[in-house]
Amino acid sequence: MADETLYAAVAAGVLPAEEKFAGLLRAIVEVARAIFGARASSILLLDGEADELVFAAVASEEDQFLVGRRFPSSTGIAGWVASSRTPLVLEDVQNDPRFARDVAEGTGYVPKGLMAVPLLEEEQVLGVLQVLDRPEQARFSLQEMELLGLFASQAALALSLLQSARAARAALAGEGRAAAVAELAAALEAVDEERRPAADALVAALRDLFA
Amino acid sequence: MSPVSAASSIDGVASAAHAGEPPAAPRPAWSLRPADTEGIALENPLPERVDREWAFHGATGRGVRVCVLDSGVEPGHPLVGELAGAVTISLDENEEPVAEEDTEGDLCGHGTACAGIIRALAPEAEIHSARVLGAGFTGSGKVLVAGLKWAVREGFDVVNMSLSTTKRHFGDILREIADNAYFKRTVLVAAAHNMPVESFPWRFSSVISVGSHEEPDPFVYYANPNPPVEFFARGVDVDVAWLGGATIRATGNSFAAPCISGIAALVLSKHPLLTPFELKTVLHLTSNNVPRG
Repeated sequence: MADETLYAAVAAGVLPAEEKFAGLLRAIVEVARAIFGARASSILLLDGEADELVFAAVASEEDQFLVGRRFPSSTGIAGWVASSRTPLVLEDVQNDPRFARDVAEGTGYVPKGLMAVPLLEEEQVLGVLQVLDRPEQARFSLQEMELLGLFASQAALALSLLQSARAARAALAGEGRAAAVAELAAALEAVDEERRPAADALVAALRDLFA
Repeated sequence: MSPVSAASSIDGVASAAHAGEPPAAPRPAWSLRPADTEGIALENPLPERVDREWAFHGATGRGVRVCVLDSGVEPGHPLVGELAGAVTISLDENEEPVAEEDTEGDLCGHGTACAGIIRALAPEAEIHSARVLGAGFTGSGKVLVAGLKWAVREGFDVVNMSLSTTKRHFGDILREIADNAYFKRTVLVAAAHNMPVESFPWRFSSVISVGSHEEPDPFVYYANPNPPVEFFARGVDVDVAWLGGATIRATGNSFAAPCISGIAALVLSKHPLLTPFELKTVLHLTSNNVPRG
């Protein structure tokens, strides 16, 4: 820590975090897809302010371009799962003409079936985990529902961390106290040799003040 | 059960009441005076042996009003048939429920699925739809609370809730509404959450909560000796009504709750004076894991 500035220290704790948590989300959907033997899996983040769902991670051979795509939170099965906080497992979804159209417009392909589960942290809904087109087995089982729930808990944690990281980064870039501290840290880093003793004395005084 | 005529004197005002029938207004029954004990004579609503033959054999759900509190119900779906009513719930400036005629039907498919399951079990029950979800995420918990409040005020016999809220601050008001329903003889049937999370109102003891089993028979249901989930009904790989007159195959406790709602409608059409407490007892005694005398 000795050579690191405050800005670097704060930034190190926050800035790369978003990448790491996004990677964790990707890993979760990859594992979910593999475990269920499904064609695709995705995590949708709920943007409460915009009332939209955003693709945060996608595990699929063809659909990586979906990450970042948004759609209204009232749309389709994922929207229902987010607002009702209820998991749903549906087969033969092509029979639902409106769902098929919404999904086809959003993703370019219509699944035969999907499992969708809300990502909950305490009482908040953070998003939705979807698993599309698991192989056509004889019957769905409650064991699979439990497994889906386990993935959902993990995904909810990762999504929560991702959101914290984004909020922290926004704070550093914004107008608040964290931004002021980050600015001071940057200024301290840039201070020249001549003024360094004075700057160090100021930091020491601040440290005494807050001790 | 036939109602027993009774005369009672409350605070000096003579009033007639039928034991077994819901009173028009709650009486100030904080205490029981010696002179009043005769006035509250009740018949035993249950026979010595409660079995399915007694409980719902030959019943069709006729005369029972069931409300599906959900995403709306598609009117005229072949598996649902005619709806007795359909409203969409919103909030006025005092956050009180406002019910307006629903012209949009179902925004998701979920409510239609639940209504179709109830219709299949209780073909002559009156099915009403109250849409509380589907028009966006914001405010969904408040509308759910308002919808339940409306349904209890309307005095439906059965309210099916295949949804819940995780918002804790709605817990108290939902508990109050659920207790109110219990005393007013509106049976609330609620899907338990599929995941181990805290959500409401299915956890309340005044509500009949339902989880899933994997068997295909809608008349197979189990009483759970380890609540809060009280019953398990068919909820896996169920062929359900969906949008556009279609059917799809669906899994979730959402589809187990309407099984119990349908069976509750059957029991109430045959035994209309049962209280929610007695109905729950009947469901318990006729469960597949309770030995038949």
